[in-house]
Amino acid sequence: MSAPLNYLTSHGARADMILPLTRGVLIISIIVILIVCGLLAAAIFRRRPVEAPGADPRGLLFRPRGGLTFVYVGVGISTLVLVATTIRTMKTLADVVSPPREAKLTIEVTGHQWWWEARYFSEKPAEIFTTANEIHIPAGEPVRFKLIGGDVIHSFWVPALAGKTDTIPGQTNITWLQAERPGVYRGQCTEYCGKQHANMAFFVVADEPARFEEWRQKQIAPAAPSADVAQGLSAFQTRCGACHTVRGTPAGGKVGPDLTHVMSRGTIAAGTLPNTPGHLTGWIANPQGVKPGNHMPQIDMSGADLNAIRTFLQTLG
Amino acid sequence: MSDVALHRSDEIRAPALPVGSIGNQASGYFGVWWVIITEASLFIYLIFGYAYCAMQFPGKWPPSGPPELTLALPDTLILILSSVAVALGEHAIKQGKRARLTLGLVVGFVLGIVFVAIQLKEWASRGTTLASNLYYSFYFTTTGFHMAHVVVGILILGALTIWSALGKFDSVRNSPVSIGALYWHFVDAVWIVLFTTYYIVPRLK
Amino acid sequence: MARHTQLTQTTAIVTANAELAERLHKVWETEPGIKGFLGTVDHKEIGIRYIVTSFIFLLIGGVEALILRVQLAQPDLHVLSPEQYNQLFTMHGVSMIFLYAMPVLTGFSNYLWPLLLGARDTALPRVNALSYWLYLFSGLFIYASFSMGHAPNDGWFNYVPYANRQYNPGPNIDFYSLGMIFLGISTTVSSANFVVTAMRTRAAGMSINRIPILVWGTLTSSVANLLVIPAVSLAFFLLYLDRNYGTKFFQPQSGGQPLLWQHLFWIFAHPWVYAIVLPAMGMVSDGLPIFCRRPLVGYTLVALSTMATMAIGFGVWTHHMFATGMSDLALSFFSGVSIIIAVPSAVAVFAWIATIWTGRPVFTAAFHFFAGMIALFVIGGVSGFMTGSVPVDWQLTDTYFVVAHLHYVLIGINVFPVVGAIYMWFPKVTGKFLDERLGKLNFWLMFVGFNLAFFPMHISGLLGMPRRIYTYPHDVGWSAWNLITSIGAFLFAIGVLLLFHNIAVSLRRGKHAGANPWDGGTLEWAIPSPPPPYNFVVLPTVAGRHPLWEDRLDDAPGRSRLDTGLALDKGRQMLGTSVVDAEPAVILQMPFDSYAPFTLAVGTTIIFVGMLYRSWPGMAAGAIITGIALLLWLWPGRLREGSPEAANEPPFAEPDHV
Repeated sequence: MSAPLNYLTSHGARADMILPLTRGVLIISIIVILIVCGLLAAAIFRRRPVEAPGADPRGLLFRPRGGLTFVYVGVGISTLVLVATTIRTMKTLADVVSPPREAKLTIEVTGHQWWWEARYFSEKPAEIFTTANEIHIPAGEPVRFKLIGGDVIHSFWVPALAGKTDTIPGQTNITWLQAERPGVYRGQCTEYCGKQHANMAFFVVADEPARFEEWRQKQIAPAAPSADVAQGLSAFQTRCGACHTVRGTPAGGKVGPDLTHVMSRGTIAAGTLPNTPGHLTGWIANPQGVKPGNHMPQIDMSGADLNAIRTFLQTLG
Repeated sequence: MSDVALHRSDEIRAPALPVGSIGNQASGYFGVWWVIITEASLFIYLIFGYAYCAMQFPGKWPPSGPPELTLALPDTLILILSSVAVALGEHAIKQGKRARLTLGLVVGFVLGIVFVAIQLKEWASRGTTLASNLYYSFYFTTTGFHMAHVVVGILILGALTIWSALGKFDSVRNSPVSIGALYWHFVDAVWIVLFTTYYIVPRLK
Repeated sequence: MARHTQLTQTTAIVTANAELAERLHKVWETEPGIKGFLGTVDHKEIGIRYIVTSFIFLLIGGVEALILRVQLAQPDLHVLSPEQYNQLFTMHGVSMIFLYAMPVLTGFSNYLWPLLLGARDTALPRVNALSYWLYLFSGLFIYASFSMGHAPNDGWFNYVPYANRQYNPGPNIDFYSLGMIFLGISTTVSSANFVVTAMRTRAAGMSINRIPILVWGTLTSSVANLLVIPAVSLAFFLLYLDRNYGTKFFQPQSGGQPLLWQHLFWIFAHPWVYAIVLPAMGMVSDGLPIFCRRPLVGYTLVALSTMATMAIGFGVWTHHMFATGMSDLALSFFSGVSIIIAVPSAVAVFAWIATIWTGRPVFTAAFHFFAGMIALFVIGGVSGFMTGSVPVDWQLTDTYFVVAHLHYVLIGINVFPVVGAIYMWFPKVTGKFLDERLGKLNFWLMFVGFNLAFFPMHISGLLGMPRRIYTYPHDVGWSAWNLITSIGAFLFAIGVLLLFHNIAVSLRRGKHAGANPWDGGTLEWAIPSPPPPYNFVVLPTVAGRHPLWEDRLDDAPGRSRLDTGLALDKGRQMLGTSVVDAEPAVILQMPFDSYAPFTLAVGTTIIFVGMLYRSWPGMAAGAIITGIALLLWLWPGRLREGSPEAANEPPFAEPDHV
C-alpha cells in the first residue's frame, strides 16, 4: 500500500461503517465549496446594468434593495444539509460503538513512551502473555481492546480498521477491531506524547484463524536459550535485563518491551526499523541516534558483547 | 428612533447632565460588575473541577469525611455580619452620614480580618496541606483562592475607611463605596457557595 | 437637590470651530517625553502599539513555522532535533493564537471603537493602557524561556500528564503556565474595558441596532473572554501547583484526572477561537459594504449570528476530546451541536455574498482581501463540518486534516481580514494610502501561497499523517505533499513580507489621503486623517447606521448631526449614554496620562518572575508595588464644591473615578 495510514479505504468492519459517512461529508464539502465560491465569483464578476451617462461609477447605490433572499435560501439549504448530516452521524455512531457480535478475544494495550505493550487475555492463566509493537488478531472476527494509559496520553489508531481511541492514565478505554481479511495494517500513535511521538508506530497483523492460533501458541511458550548463546544471555541479563523481559530467563525488567519472541516481529523500535540483523545491531548500539530522547540508554559496550547479545536475540523467534 | 437626535442648531438647550461619578453612573461601577462575573466564573470552574474529580474518585470522598463545622460555621456568620456592616455603611453615606459610613467600613474591615484569622487556625488544625491528597489539593486551593479575594477585599475596605475619614465621600459622590461594597458582598456570596459545597453537601448523603 | 446643580454641567450645543479644536487638542494630546511614552491613555496610541507588537509576534511565529516546514519538507531530515522541533511547534502555536491573533484584533478595536462610536476614548483608558503593558510583558516573559533553551514543548494545548513535572522536569511548562495566567489578566481587563465602553460611551442616538458589526464582534468576544479565561487560567494555575507544590490535580496515581485539564482548557479554548475571528468578521462586515457601495445585507441577522455563534460555541468544547472515551450521550450531543454551529456562520457568508451581488464592487486591495477571505472561510468551514461528525472525527482528528482546517479558519478569517483592514484604515491612521498595485500583488501572493501551503494538508491528513511529528518515513505516501506545502509556505511568507514593504514605502511616499478617501458611511470617516487626539471636536448625534450616507440613501427621516453637538471641553470629558437607546446620561471625567498602569504592570511582572523562581520575597515585592500603584490609581479626587470650571486645569484636574 502506498499510503498505509490512509483512511479513504477500509479493511475492517468498523472502518467499513465509517467510510460511507466520511466520503459523504467529503463530497458535500467539495460541492459546498464549488457552489459558494461559484456564487462569490458570480457576485464579483456579474454584469451590472449600465450607469446613466454622467453618473459616478463609484457612486453610492441609491436605495439599494434586495439581498436578504440570498441569505434565507442559502442558510435554509445549509441547515437542511447540516441536519441530515447530524441524523446520519447519530445512526453511524450507534452502529459503530459495539461489535456485530461478542468478541471472543480481549487484548489489553498499554501506551508507553514510545512503544506499545499488548497483553493477551485467556481464561487459562498460563496462556496469558505479553508482547510488544506487533499485535496479531484472527481475521474475520471482532477483537476487544482494553486501552490502558501507561505514562502519558497516547492514542491507538489503525486507520484501515477503525478510528482512534486514546490511552489515558487513570482510566481504561474500550474499543474493538475486526479485520475483514488477513493482512498487515499499520498503526501509529496519534496523541502528542513527547520527543519520539513521531516514531511510535505499530502493526496489527490479521491472520487466518488457524495461523493466528499457531502464532499464539508460540508466543505463550517461554524462550529456551541453548548453551551456545550462554555468553549472549549473560551479557543480555547484565545490560538489558533491568528493562526487558525474556520469559524463560532471569531477565524480567518491565520498563521496555517484552522481547521473548522479538524475532517474530517484522519491525523493531515501534515500527521504526525493519527487524534485520543489521538494524538490530544498529539499534542496540545507538538507540539515541535512531530515536533521540527515547528511554533506551546509549550503552557503551564492546563489539564482542554487542554481537553476543544480538546472536542471543536472534534465537528468540 | 432616538428622541435625542437634535435636528436644528437653534435648539440650543441641552439637558443639564450630571458630571462624573454620581450615584451608580461611574464607569467603574459597570466595570466591577464584569470583574465579579469573571471571578464568579473562576469559582464555578473550581467547583466543577472538585465535582469532576469527586465523581471519579476510587474511594470515599472526602477521604477523611466531611470537614468539621466547629470553626467554619461561626466563621461564615462572621463574614455575613461583615457584609451587613458594610451594607449599613453604604446606606448611611447615601444619606450623607459620613461617620456611620466610616464605622460600617471599620467593622467590616475588622470582621474580615477575624474571618481570615479563624480560617487560618482552621487550616492549621487539620495537620494537612494541599499536597496531602487530591481532596486537600482542592480544599486548600479553593478556600485559598477565596481567602486571597478576602484579603484583597480587606485592603479595599481599609482604603475606603481611610478615604471616608478623609472626607472623600458625600451623599452624591460615593461610587468607590458602592463599588467596594459590591465586591465585598460578592466575596461573601462566594463563601456561602463554597461553604455549602465543601461542608454541607458531603453531609447530605 | 440643591447640591446636584453644582455637580451638573449645562453645555450648549455648539458648532465645530477652530478655537474649540485648538483647546481640545491641548487638553487631549499625550504629554511629551517619558510621561507620555509610559503613561499615555490615548486609545489610538495604545491601538497602534497593540497592532505593531502583535505583528512582531506574527513574524516570529512565521519564522518558527518556516523552520518547521524546512524540517518536514522531506522525510527523515535532521535539520532539527526532536526537542527543538517540539519547542518550535509549541511556540509557533502560542505566538500565533495568543500573542498575535487576539492582540491584533484588540489593537484594531482599540483604535477604531471610539471613532466608530463617536466618542473621544474608551470608557476606561487607564485600564486600556494597563492591558497593553501586561500583554507586552507577558509575551516577553513567555519568550524569555527561549533564552534559557527551555521554551514550552508540549504544544499550545499543553496536555497532562506530559506537562507534569515527572515527564517535563525543566522550567519550560512553568514559563508557559505562569505566562498564560499573566496574559490572561491583560485580556480580561481589556475585555472589561470593551464591554463597559459598548454599554456606556456611544454617541447620542447610537442605539444598539446602529452600532457597527466590528463592535458587535469585539463585544461578543469580550463577554465570552470574561466568562472563559478563568477556566484556562485556573487550569494553568493548578498545573503550576502540581509542578511546584506537590498538589495532585493531574496526578493519576493519586486520583487526579488528566481529562480535567482537557475540559478546563477546551471550555476556554473553543470560545477563544471564535473570539479571534468574530471581530475580524466584523471588520469584513463593515468594510465590504464600502467597496460594494451599499450597506450590508441583513445587518440584524449578521449581528444576531455573531452572538449566536459564540453562544453555541460555549457548548461544543468536547469535540476536541472525541477520542478520549466519552459516553455515547455526550458524543451525540456535542457532535450535533458542533455541526449545527455552522448555521450562524452561513448567515455571515451569505450576507457578504449578497452584499457583493446586489452592490457594485470597487476592486481596491482591501476588497480583494475581504472577498478572498470568504472563499477561505468556506473551505475552513466545511473541513470543520467534517470533523464535527464523531465517527469521521475518529479518523480525522490529530491528523494534518485538522491542521489544514485550523489554518484555513485562522488565516482565512483572521489574517486576511486584518490585512484587508490595514489597507482600508491605513489612510485614516496615517493620512496616506498604501500602494494599491502592490496591495493587489500582496493579495495574490498571499492567496496563492496560502492555498499551495495548506490545501495539500487536507490530503496528507486523509493519507493518515499525524500532527506534531518532527519527521516521517519515506514509505507512507506523504513526501510529495509535504514538499508542496513547504514551498507554498515560503511563497506565503513572501506575500506577508510584501505587506511590510508596502507599509514602509507608503509611510514615506504614500499618496495623500483625506478624511474619507473611500467614501465610507460611518463616523470614523467624518474626522481628519490622521485623527486629532480628541477625535471629535463636537460630539456627534447619530440617527442611523451610516451617518455619512444618510442624505444619499435617504431611507429614513432622521439625520445625524456631525458639525454641531456637545463640546464637553471642561478638561477631558466624554458623554456617557444609556445602554440600549444611547440617550445622554452623564458627563464622564476622563483621566490624564498616568504612570499607574505601567507601574502596576511592572509590579505584576515581578510577581510572576517571583512565582517562576518560587521566591516569596520576589512575589511580595511585586505585590507591594502592584498594590501601591493600584491605590494611587484609585485615589479619589477632591469633591468639587465649586463650579465645573474648576475641572479645567490639566494636569491637576484628577477624575473622580477610573
